[in-house]
Amino acid sequence: MEFAELIKTPRVDGVVLHRPFMPTVEGTLCLTGHHLILSSRQDNTEELWLLHSNIDYIEKRFVGSLGTIIVKCKDLRIIQLDIPGMEECLNIASSIEALSTLDSVSLMYPFFYRPMFEVVEDGWNMFLPEEITLTLLTDEWRLSSVNKDFGVCPTYPQLVAVPKAVDDDTLRKVATFRHGGRFPVLSYYHKKNGMVMMRAGQPLTGTNGRRCKEDEKLINATLRPGKRGYIIDTRAINVAQQAKARGGGFEQEASYPQWRRIHKAIERYNILQESLIKLVEACNDQSQSMDRWLSKLEASNWQTHVKEIVTTACLAAQCIDREGASVLVHGTEGTDSTLQVTSLAQIILDPCCRTMRGFQSLVEREWLQAGHPFQQRCAQSAYSNSKARLEAPVFLLFLDCVWQVLRQFPCSFQFNEHFLVLLFEHAYASQFGTFLGNNAAERLKLKLPQKTVSLWSWVNRPQEMERFLNPLYEPNNLVIWPSVAPQSLLLWEGVFLRWNRSSKCLDEAYDEMVHIIEYNKELQSKVNALRRQLAQLETGDGLLETP
Amino acid sequence: SFHLRSLVEQVKLLDRFSNRSTTGTLHLTATHLIFVESGTSSSSAQEVWILHHHISSVEKLSLTTSGCPLLIQCRNFRVVHFVVPRERDCHDLYSSLLRLLRPVSFDELYAFSYNPKQNDQQREEGWQLIDLSAEFERMGVPCDQWHWTDVNREYKVCDSYPRDLYVPVAASKPIIVGSSKFRSKGRFPALTYFYQEKKAAVCRCSQPLSGFSARCLEDEHMLQAISKANPNSRYIYVMDTRPKLNALANRAAGKGYENEDNYSNIRFQFVGIENIHVMRASLQKLLEVVGARALSVTDYLLGLESSGWLRHIKAIVDAAIFLSKAVTAEGASVLVHCSDGWDRTAQVCSLGALLMDPYYRTLKGFMVLIEKDWISFGHKFADRCDQLDGDPKEVSPIFTQFLDCVWQLSEQFPQAFQFSEWFLIQIHEHVHSCQFGNFLCNSQRQREELQLREKTYSLWSFLLSEQHNYENPLYSAALAERNPVLEPSTQPCHFKFWTNMYHQYDRTMHPRQSLLKHLLAVRESSCALEKTAHELEAVGARDLSVLLHVVVSLSSCCPQMDPPEPLPSLPCPLLGEGLPARSDGERTVEGSSATENSYAELQGPFGAKAEPHLVSLEFGVARMTC
Repeated sequence: MEFAELIKTPRVDGVVLHRPFMPTVEGTLCLTGHHLILSSRQDNTEELWLLHSNIDYIEKRFVGSLGTIIVKCKDLRIIQLDIPGMEECLNIASSIEALSTLDSVSLMYPFFYRPMFEVVEDGWNMFLPEEITLTLLTDEWRLSSVNKDFGVCPTYPQLVAVPKAVDDDTLRKVATFRHGGRFPVLSYYHKKNGMVMMRAGQPLTGTNGRRCKEDEKLINATLRPGKRGYIIDTRAINVAQQAKARGGGFEQEASYPQWRRIHKAIERYNILQESLIKLVEACNDQSQSMDRWLSKLEASNWQTHVKEIVTTACLAAQCIDREGASVLVHGTEGTDSTLQVTSLAQIILDPCCRTMRGFQSLVEREWLQAGHPFQQRCAQSAYSNSKARLEAPVFLLFLDCVWQVLRQFPCSFQFNEHFLVLLFEHAYASQFGTFLGNNAAERLKLKLPQKTVSLWSWVNRPQEMERFLNPLYEPNNLVIWPSVAPQSLLLWEGVFLRWNRSSKCLDEAYDEMVHIIEYNKELQSKVNALRRQLAQLETGDGLLETP
Repeated sequence: SFHLRSLVEQVKLLDRFSNRSTTGTLHLTATHLIFVESGTSSSSAQEVWILHHHISSVEKLSLTTSGCPLLIQCRNFRVVHFVVPRERDCHDLYSSLLRLLRPVSFDELYAFSYNPKQNDQQREEGWQLIDLSAEFERMGVPCDQWHWTDVNREYKVCDSYPRDLYVPVAASKPIIVGSSKFRSKGRFPALTYFYQEKKAAVCRCSQPLSGFSARCLEDEHMLQAISKANPNSRYIYVMDTRPKLNALANRAAGKGYENEDNYSNIRFQFVGIENIHVMRASLQKLLEVVGARALSVTDYLLGLESSGWLRHIKAIVDAAIFLSKAVTAEGASVLVHCSDGWDRTAQVCSLGALLMDPYYRTLKGFMVLIEKDWISFGHKFADRCDQLDGDPKEVSPIFTQFLDCVWQLSEQFPQAFQFSEWFLIQIHEHVHSCQFGNFLCNSQRQREELQLREKTYSLWSFLLSEQHNYENPLYSAALAERNPVLEPSTQPCHFKFWTNMYHQYDRTMHPRQSLLKHLLAVRESSCALEKTAHELEAVGARDLSVLLHVVVSLSSCCPQMDPPEPLPSLPCPLLGEGLPARSDGERTVEGSSATENSYAELQGPFGAKAEPHLVSLEFGVARMTC
């Protein structure tokens, strides 16, 4: 297919662009296969380059022959284009609609994007599964390649960490007893006390209470002698009960006597999608009273979801660090709420995950390799009118939770809020291939490492990274326990109110903060240098070196 | 029976939001209720100091197996829950506290016994720090249109106004006196802020005694004089800050609002800020909501909504924006009133001025603003803050709302204020502490009668002496010069619940690392480093010249190589007890702990390894110095 077929009018002059809190721009609108570009050919005005894949929904309006297209983006921005000429406007609108909803992954921009920078460190090789998990391994755990051809579990990577005492045949049997073949694998090893966190899909007990000896053996093999563990089921007990009717279920205490099950209610994806739509609608409603705003914010339930996820992650961390118990986390598929919990728990427990590199590694390991279906979940954002099927802001909620912890511990993270916003944007629309596909198998098939550029290749260049580093960072090796009181969990303004306020004041304040810290560092090195000079003077060496 | 300076041992202090408790000894002194944790080394023992004046209510709850619970609620939003082992002790404590927290005359207040070891001269200097006539001079008053009047020098025209007042030159004494007779409590229109650039004035007064049809020519002349004093505008705004319905109802009592037909060239405007009773109930509801244990997000947000607190805060900010726009954009003068002109009027005038004039956003300027619009113009602090055992219907968080509004602005404009929220919180603390003379009584007249300047100390000099604690490290004076007038967003989503104010003492709610504290420490370290660098450069230059000419031993003046300077520690007003005597250097607190947060109750057959009540500091807990 040629993109040209979809572009009936590639260029319109005299288009006026309205963006929130920016001056309007008049210029030429150009459509390319992947971008909507508005250029004014004037100095000092910012051009608009918008990826079609970032467009969530468009609305058309006409007043006489002047058409208006309202473009609603997946990053929640809303812009308006006034286009002279009804035909031009209609053509542009239908092109945008077609180009922003391309079915084929291989037509996506990352396959066409050529980096304008030199790739120093290839992001595709930065976090290889074997390297990531090797660091976790002890004499109790091993890497298994039972899933080498993705035959045992289509959504797992080729290498997974499992108990040493369990062989590959057992794993194959366990896989048949777990939803989507997602047998329990190691997610995190707590060095301090050797306790572990594992994740899996739900057990397929069904209404008959089916058992699987191998599953019981595997799960028990992860416990040290005399130790007990907790199974954290991310579904409410009644939801887990209902799952039995569809062949799913949960671990019966009788079959897993050393484990205690805890149910926590984290909502499933369609409910989360609705929540996001309502929240964004509330945030964009400019003409409302205080009461209306608060009741809409409440009705969206977004903050409730945030609280549930943070609380469950803290619970998992508490079991591991405080109770000295191992933990198995699962919900239904084990690809959504499960990953929210396991990844956030690691942020709380493991200082490495709070570094720039460590956090990228966490996203790679607990989200991309672990088979969170990014392509399905991030196909549409908050504005889309089409009925959501598999779309859900699962990853955005995770980022929101990380932001909550970061806000409570502003000196404990090496990266800043901008980095979290960046990941949100790129998960939904990107020139990089990192978030394409739904799992490792699909990515391999798409040959992403050969055909696209990794987001990490770009982010880790020193000149880019600088923007994402937290100037306040002071490494601490401690477990950080956030408050989960509703008063302590704020609306993430950096994402949800980003486009309905002027960011000028906040940006300038941030710059000033950076300046204060940079200045201090400069002074410290100056003082140290002076002292060194004086010390040299004292020993007499200085006489020779000082001009 | 129970005597002052007595103590009760083995008292349990329960945490408000978790199952944590601390055991210790309770001391009762003439001014404070003090709890000292027992069993730990004296340096790390938790201490809780509660000033009697801060206590708003004491409640004896029904007896439990572990003892007799005593619930104490404070005006600074602290809530403490003690369990006293013996009922008799509890009862004695209860009745002593009831007696102590209801002083009947002003001279019983802490300010009259508080002695910060200053001599008379220092005390006098403290009181001279704020000079309102200098403030009017700063605004450009007196000028050709506005002058000082001694009409109220004996407090005869209006006993709740200050002596020194500024009025239009064209308003003669008979006009002022006539106007005052037509205004509730004699509070005639007087100047409170002058916007020199456009010669526009902000005046304040109380409601007219217009009833259904009464007129007063002097009052009409007064408004005309205000209007004529501004050559840039043909009209003035009259802002009635009440909801229209309230103003209508007042007509039946012979009060009311200005009839536009009787006053030439006025633009009359209702603003709709609710009265003191609504505000009192709103805060009470808010505190009930956020005081609940295991609060859900739904109950929190719906409770926030039904309390109406943020709605009221927004209404005040909206009114201030209206005022600021009328003055700065239209260049019109504005007359602001409500019923008596000492609550809503004070809120709107002071907040409006804060938006218009960057001076009021500095530490000193903010003090001046409070002195001017609140203290001198007779906001009834004694009644509103319940300083003496008075009418509970007079109590209302009007000043708290003002501070809340200022905080909302500081969140939108992080570089616009020279002070941080700690400053606001500290002022709030002392509005209720009755430790300094500034906020005592209801009017300047009362303050003079009590000779507060001779017998008590001023808060402002104390706050300035520890100014570095209250500074906002991000403040930019240059920015204020570029954009002097603040234009905040009034979208509801930009108004937030002020956790650090209403949960000041609920440590588990705070961010675990304070950005503000960190930046202040960095800045202080930079100052020290600048000095060191300077000294080293001086030493270096001298040594070099010495070395080049004569060989001498330098060992005596050359500092050793040191590791980088550690960040100095700061006292933390947020976590301290709000008492100046106790803002003592370094304290280590738990940053956070799993037990404090109660993510879930882990019980059951083997979850029974109950968490220790007190978590040791090394145990997985983020430690930081505060």
